[in-house]
Amino acid sequence: MDLTLKIWRQNGPQEKGEMKTYPISGVEEDMSFLEMLDFLNDKLINEGIEPVVFDHDCREGICGMCSLFINGEAHGPGRKVTTCQLHMREFKSGDTIYIEPFRAKAFPIIKDLMVDRSAFDRIQRAGGYISVNTSGNTIDANAIPVPKENADKAFDAATCIGCGACVATCKNSSAMLFASAKISQFSLLPQGQPEAKERVLNMVHQMDLEGFGNCTNTGACEVECPKGISLENIARMNRDYLFASLSSNK
Amino acid sequence: MATTSKGLFGSSLARKYWMAVSGLFLCTFLVGHLLGNLQLFVAGEEGKLAFNEYGHFMTTFPVVKILSYITYGAIFLHTVDGIMLALQNRAARPVGYVKEKQSANASWASRKMALLGTLTLFFIVVHMKSFWYEMHYGALGLDANGNKDLWTLTVTAFEQWWYAAFYVVAITGLAFHLSHGAQSAFQTLGINHPRYTPIIKNTMTAFAWLIPAGFVAVAVFLFVVQPGQNL
Repeated sequence: MDLTLKIWRQNGPQEKGEMKTYPISGVEEDMSFLEMLDFLNDKLINEGIEPVVFDHDCREGICGMCSLFINGEAHGPGRKVTTCQLHMREFKSGDTIYIEPFRAKAFPIIKDLMVDRSAFDRIQRAGGYISVNTSGNTIDANAIPVPKENADKAFDAATCIGCGACVATCKNSSAMLFASAKISQFSLLPQGQPEAKERVLNMVHQMDLEGFGNCTNTGACEVECPKGISLENIARMNRDYLFASLSSNK
Repeated sequence: MATTSKGLFGSSLARKYWMAVSGLFLCTFLVGHLLGNLQLFVAGEEGKLAFNEYGHFMTTFPVVKILSYITYGAIFLHTVDGIMLALQNRAARPVGYVKEKQSANASWASRKMALLGTLTLFFIVVHMKSFWYEMHYGALGLDANGNKDLWTLTVTAFEQWWYAAFYVVAITGLAFHLSHGAQSAFQTLGINHPRYTPIIKNTMTAFAWLIPAGFVAVAVFLFVVQPGQNL
């Protein structure tokens, strides 16, 4: 395959970036998108050009490290797929492919296509956990009855890999889908109940502090989410926050 | 876990609750307004006197007065809150994408709520100058029953093609605004249910198109029939 790649190059967080064009030939359709970028980088290194920096880790679609806004969509064309699981057979020889970093004030660019998503970690730290005494007298999780429907929904919410595609896709750079998934995975389970009110209040507060936008309910996040996290989680967060605001002890 | 929250004032979710509540209230206002407008389908002297009687009632009855102040408040809240949300949303992405395919994952109306809202606000200002201001502070003649002749002011306004056209365009914009906003308000307030959400979405989508269609029907009727010329 012969492709024209238009890639965002930016030397550092404070530098000015720009789109640069790289023609590339010899791409095979069985390559993953990241393998195609590896292939490009080998070529650039041989030519003495600095390789393109991008995030990646497991390359199995489960770690949430890969990102990339490809041809105007987070993780590229196709649904419920991460960039690492996107293959070049989705493109045609002769295509021009735009590759940009995830854009949000809360996701500052580190270099080229790599962005700092630690804002998600701080939201998680604000309440995305349960306080359990693990010093030898932990209760077996299976000893607590959980309704099947709730277990399934909590598990679905917990499949969020925190990649940030929701933020990248949202016209407002809103992190509501991420935050609501991380809140829901606890609020649906009995173990999450003692801290449920504080959790939703604190995590929403941290999300606001990070400078993410608001939710317009366009539903774009759900469409582009590689794990298919449902908008139902945002509704749950909305009502949990409303009730917590009205009935919190603090 | 210590609690930090701005609660029902100031947080991102709270701003959306206020948008949803004020928006849904304004939806109920539209129903009332349309019911009043439907009286304009009754042409002739009889319709004129009844409409002016209705206009007198709507500007003097205390309960309606209170409702009108709540409506002004809701418009103000919806506008100011909407501007604050739009500014925050813009600030959340200082550098945009070179290539962005928004139509792949979201409806046009849902992406243009601020634009459609601004158009609607502009329309409300023009509309209130045309009728509300004239009714309260203008020099309107009196009809046979001694009521201010709002009817003649209304029907003659819609006899002008450009006024009728502006009205139809603005109401169409409102319809798109409602097509997203009216059903989205329920999601914002946390209402999401496998059985009820589809019913809410269908009902509010029908509402979003049928209510504006009613307003447009009255405007088109007045422009085509020109009842002011026949008196």
